[in-house]
Amino acid sequence: MQVTSAIREPLVTGGKTVRDVSEDISRQVEGKPTNLWWMAFGVSVVLLLYGAYCFWMLLWNGVGVWGLNKTVGWAWDITNFVWWVGIGHAGTLISAILLLFRQRWRMSINRAAEAMTIFAVICAASFPLAHMGRLWIGPIWSLPLPNTFGSLWVNFNSPLLWDVFAISTYFSVSLVFWYMGLIPDFAVIRDRAVRMGDKTRAMIYNALSFGWQGGAKTWMRYESVALILAGLSTPLVLSVHTIVSMDFATSVIPGWHTTIFPPYFVAGAIFSGFAMVLTLLLITRKVFKLEDYITIYHIELMNIIIIITGSIVGVAYITEFFIAWYGQVPAEQYAFINRATGPYWWAYWSMMTCNVISPQLFWFKKIRTNLVATFIITIIVNIGMWFERFVIIVTSLHRDYLPSSWSMFHPTKYDIGQYIFTFGLFFTAFLLFAKFFPVINMAEVKSIVKATSEKKKY
Amino acid sequence: MESNKNFVVGIFDDEDVLIHAVESVREKGLHIHEVYSPFPVHGLDEALGYKRSRLPIAAFMFGITGTILALFTQTWMLGYDWPMDIGGKNHASLPPFIPVTFEFTVLLSAFGMVITFLIVSNMKPYSWPRQFDLRSTDDKHVMAVDLATNKMSKDEIGRLLKENGASEVNEKNF
Repeated sequence: MQVTSAIREPLVTGGKTVRDVSEDISRQVEGKPTNLWWMAFGVSVVLLLYGAYCFWMLLWNGVGVWGLNKTVGWAWDITNFVWWVGIGHAGTLISAILLLFRQRWRMSINRAAEAMTIFAVICAASFPLAHMGRLWIGPIWSLPLPNTFGSLWVNFNSPLLWDVFAISTYFSVSLVFWYMGLIPDFAVIRDRAVRMGDKTRAMIYNALSFGWQGGAKTWMRYESVALILAGLSTPLVLSVHTIVSMDFATSVIPGWHTTIFPPYFVAGAIFSGFAMVLTLLLITRKVFKLEDYITIYHIELMNIIIIITGSIVGVAYITEFFIAWYGQVPAEQYAFINRATGPYWWAYWSMMTCNVISPQLFWFKKIRTNLVATFIITIIVNIGMWFERFVIIVTSLHRDYLPSSWSMFHPTKYDIGQYIFTFGLFFTAFLLFAKFFPVINMAEVKSIVKATSEKKKY
Repeated sequence: MESNKNFVVGIFDDEDVLIHAVESVREKGLHIHEVYSPFPVHGLDEALGYKRSRLPIAAFMFGITGTILALFTQTWMLGYDWPMDIGGKNHASLPPFIPVTFEFTVLLSAFGMVITFLIVSNMKPYSWPRQFDLRSTDDKHVMAVDLATNKMSKDEIGRLLKENGASEVNEKNF
């Protein structure tokens, strides 16, 4: 039996009933897309096509079209990879970790956040695949298959290979978790389509729902599957960014070779992920009129997570500096002084301003409950997190052990194009999701409507 | 699909009424075919007398299979099939094998469990479910009672469900 708390804010406002939930959410799927949707979709597809052209030029001509040189061998590609993977982490945190902690406020945001995770991981994966140059053999060489020269296997000691396993497992398990959540909601749309007499839609959504019926026994099994998937996803999401950070931390490059990386990267990932979830949800709730489901209270709670993770990231930056000084290794000390005062000082201080100072504004209740302020700060946070990865990667590489090989990194239009490609892909996929799939988990929200919505007038 | 099955279908509006109804009609000796709900109702499985799902055991078995398979494969590939001397280090040492082992455990566990769930729940993309009432995915809880497995008559069952708070009682034949 559920108990309504007198001190907590209602999670669903507007006195919604169970029926209203089906109606409000399914309507988006059933109706024609709005003009605003078409405009956004058009822009995304244009970005995707331009990006696809740049990707094609890379595959045709080789990685030389990027601005990499022999000193800076990793730059925008890996920066963007880490940035996108990090963004994905918020979705799993919301759906898995908050499920284990029984945080009910996750229920109206988890669907969109998980969708974001899946699309972000696809975008992330496109960078290592592109950087391998030969897309038709690269992915095969990273699998433990015997090659044609004999049984020479992949190197399981390499963090880059761990990444292959981590990212692909993370992607497929997140996909399954997300899809499991969608199954009962597809059945809602199917049954509504049957009642409306729309046979084609009923057929499609029945196939998507795997013929879901919603019997008590199935629900019991379903809940047990959801709980275990959450239990599996929780260490999985922590392992993914840990392994991504080990791509750097297990090397001997000053600036990368630090033991603080795994927790620091995971906190940064959640930080940027929540910022991206907020950016997307603020738009989604406005466009689809979901103000009663994604309330100011939800936004405030997410902003609080941004303050916490942003502060952890800030502490990590300072700790890195302290350890560089305290460790007394000249190369390490130089790497950090060069970061803050060298030719890339502007990137370092952009990172500091955006990531450490801007989220502290959320200590003010007025700011963290203000939609415009939240929207602006979340975008600033994501710019800052992009700079964080750029600073870690490029400033550690560009002045290596031999001053004669010191150099700078200048992105070409194909570096930028590859980044644009992922934006096009991400927004195209997200818009298709928002149109054809229910953006809010109806079954879960229905289960809390009675206990946590505002008092209904009887 | 079986033919000539007759069901009495009780519609409930509220989950708390439903759970009490399930408990009291079962005490009266009524055998419930199944209850269909738009969302998981906590306590309904106990009220219906269902045993706990054994899916966690399946998940564990799949997971442990993944662990063993990943550890064995990595050790065999790098330690036995093609040992490589890299700086005099061990050909096969445990710590670097942990990440891949962990990921593979999670992968097999998650996929194995979900596929088991789909099989035991008889869910397929091409099967159309037997629907007692289309509102059971919207806002109503639907209790289906199979006449063949009960001694009571149709009217008696209907009356019993009404007494226990059903807002409607219908008949459904397949």
